[in-house]
Amino acid sequence: MNLAMEIKQVRHWSTSRKIFWGIIGLILLQGLYFSAVRFFSGLGAVTNLTDEFPWGFWIAFDVIGGVALASGGFTLAFLVYIMGYHRYHSVVRPTILTAFLGYILVSVGLIYDLGKYFNIWHPLVMWNPHSVMFEVAWCVMLYSIVLFLEFLPVVLEKYNLSGPLRLLQKITIPVVLLGVLLSTLHQSSLGSVYLIVPAKLHQLWYTPILPLLFFLSAVTVGPAMVILESAVSARLFHRGLETHIIADLADFQLVGIIVYLGVKIQDLFVRDVFGCLASGQFECFHFWGEILLLVMAMLILMIPGMRRHPKWIIGSATLTVLGILYNRFNVAWTGMLRSSGGEYTPAVGEIGISLFLVALGLMAFYFIAKWLPIFPELKKRGEG
Amino acid sequence: MAIDMKQNNGSGKAILLDFTECIGCGACEDACEREHNLPADPPEDELNHKNYTIVLKEKGQFYRRMCMHCLEPTCASVCPVTALEKTDLGAVIYHEDKCIGCRYCMMACPFQIPKYEWGKAVPVIRKCVMCFDRVKAGGETACAWVCPTGACRFGERDRLLALAHRRIEAFPNRYVDYVYGEEEVGGTGVLMLSGVPFEDLGFQMDLGYTPLPELTWTVMSKIPNIVITGGLLLGGISWIIHRRMDIERENLEQKASVEPGADAKHVKPPDEEGQG
Repeated sequence: MNLAMEIKQVRHWSTSRKIFWGIIGLILLQGLYFSAVRFFSGLGAVTNLTDEFPWGFWIAFDVIGGVALASGGFTLAFLVYIMGYHRYHSVVRPTILTAFLGYILVSVGLIYDLGKYFNIWHPLVMWNPHSVMFEVAWCVMLYSIVLFLEFLPVVLEKYNLSGPLRLLQKITIPVVLLGVLLSTLHQSSLGSVYLIVPAKLHQLWYTPILPLLFFLSAVTVGPAMVILESAVSARLFHRGLETHIIADLADFQLVGIIVYLGVKIQDLFVRDVFGCLASGQFECFHFWGEILLLVMAMLILMIPGMRRHPKWIIGSATLTVLGILYNRFNVAWTGMLRSSGGEYTPAVGEIGISLFLVALGLMAFYFIAKWLPIFPELKKRGEG
Repeated sequence: MAIDMKQNNGSGKAILLDFTECIGCGACEDACEREHNLPADPPEDELNHKNYTIVLKEKGQFYRRMCMHCLEPTCASVCPVTALEKTDLGAVIYHEDKCIGCRYCMMACPFQIPKYEWGKAVPVIRKCVMCFDRVKAGGETACAWVCPTGACRFGERDRLLALAHRRIEAFPNRYVDYVYGEEEVGGTGVLMLSGVPFEDLGFQMDLGYTPLPELTWTVMSKIPNIVITGGLLLGGISWIIHRRMDIERENLEQKASVEPGADAKHVKPPDEEGQG
């Protein structure tokens, strides 16, 4: 109903709004086209993947990057429900929704990438506890259920189903706890996925503590994602920016970056690969790239004049997200190139499908936020 | 390197390839193609989804590439759905009905063996299965059966390994002093003898002697611990924090009821909104 009314209003939209939705429309169209090609003609028809380089952009961005960026859900749930930071409550719902949509998109991305996607349920019944991917599959599936339970109260509230709502509220803490455990496991296990390729992943990234680094960086990017989501929804839904909350979250982000970089640099030292950093290799350049983004994000939050200013906080969060995403690309893509001997750059269709998924996620968030009480208090707080 | 000797000298079936005896006739490629109904038209110059084995030539010597049938196969350990299986007979076989097409086996295989049908809407993985049906029935692999020179022999792994070492000892000038596959990634079911250094043939010499699945298992085996310890720890933290918040609130309420009005404005109650 809302939607129909809005469509009638299209004539009165501002130019920038028309352009935004026009671009979304184009992305959806090309996504449908490439989806058809992928499912009728196979992976070879849309991707540049080869026997030498069997995992490409979809694994790096949609799956490994996507899971990392959806970590806002468990980090915020941990802070609010386990640590008792109830003052962040107003950002919990949009964050859980983003994480939930994020995990759905990861699964959809996986369906595009799996050769026999219709067998995606096989890990449920064909167990291989030695396989990291088996464990990740189970964790992601169970965690998606957790996110569903964490999000369900919003739906129940909308339709005044107070009975089930009270029941869910009673089990909030155990459910959140389960979610934190499952997230800890699969966030780190995505790093463990690469433990099996010591001769293939470049030494700047291959380390026995890869699971620890993946976990620490996920915890770091979590608050950063919550900050960005707040900023975007403040703009999209014309609501006030929760200035004091994002400033607090920025502190967690800062500590996260410091710990993560500390462990990462210590690891380089222990494995004695510092020489490699100055070697001018192509990998070296990209390693510096991910480090510099995080160092910049860190410095912004360390300068007293900047650290409490929303604009700089959002800037720092953006740099953090880019830095961690860069790291995931480096592990899944840059660091694997040399050993594969093959050249790999993603095909237009690979990037097209990824954009398609992101656009679907944004649209889903937009319409769900219009439908359900995601932002119960639409009062202005601070500057927007 | 601690190597489990029992596994290394295990008595599973194996293949011994003596490259110095290979005449490059390609009979093994043909036999393999017929045995497995492969679309390949040998000779081919690279391992791909249309063949299970190929014969190549380098520095005047023929050599073969095929699945190594590792004693502790990386592919089988990473497969989330047990589509790849190490059989008691020694062969690493593939169940295409189980496969989900994630290609983790291709990523993980230290020998770059599994190949994929990129052009198909419903693709499968392709790799040598050591003629499992023939071997199960008591036969030998098609390639070993057809080989006219003895360059490809099939048999018990420990006996073939002993034979390989006897040959190197008897003809030290003919062979490089190395049995490829004896200890690579914990040992493989395909053993190789060569007159040309293996690295010149493109075989990696730096794979190490540890089975790769151990790298993951050291982490994976800790998961039950992490879950139990982590769950109890987080539950405990949550309980302590919420208990303290409850006590604080009770104290405030008590205070408020004892001296109504007094100080109530200055004491901020803990900011606890509803959950959900």
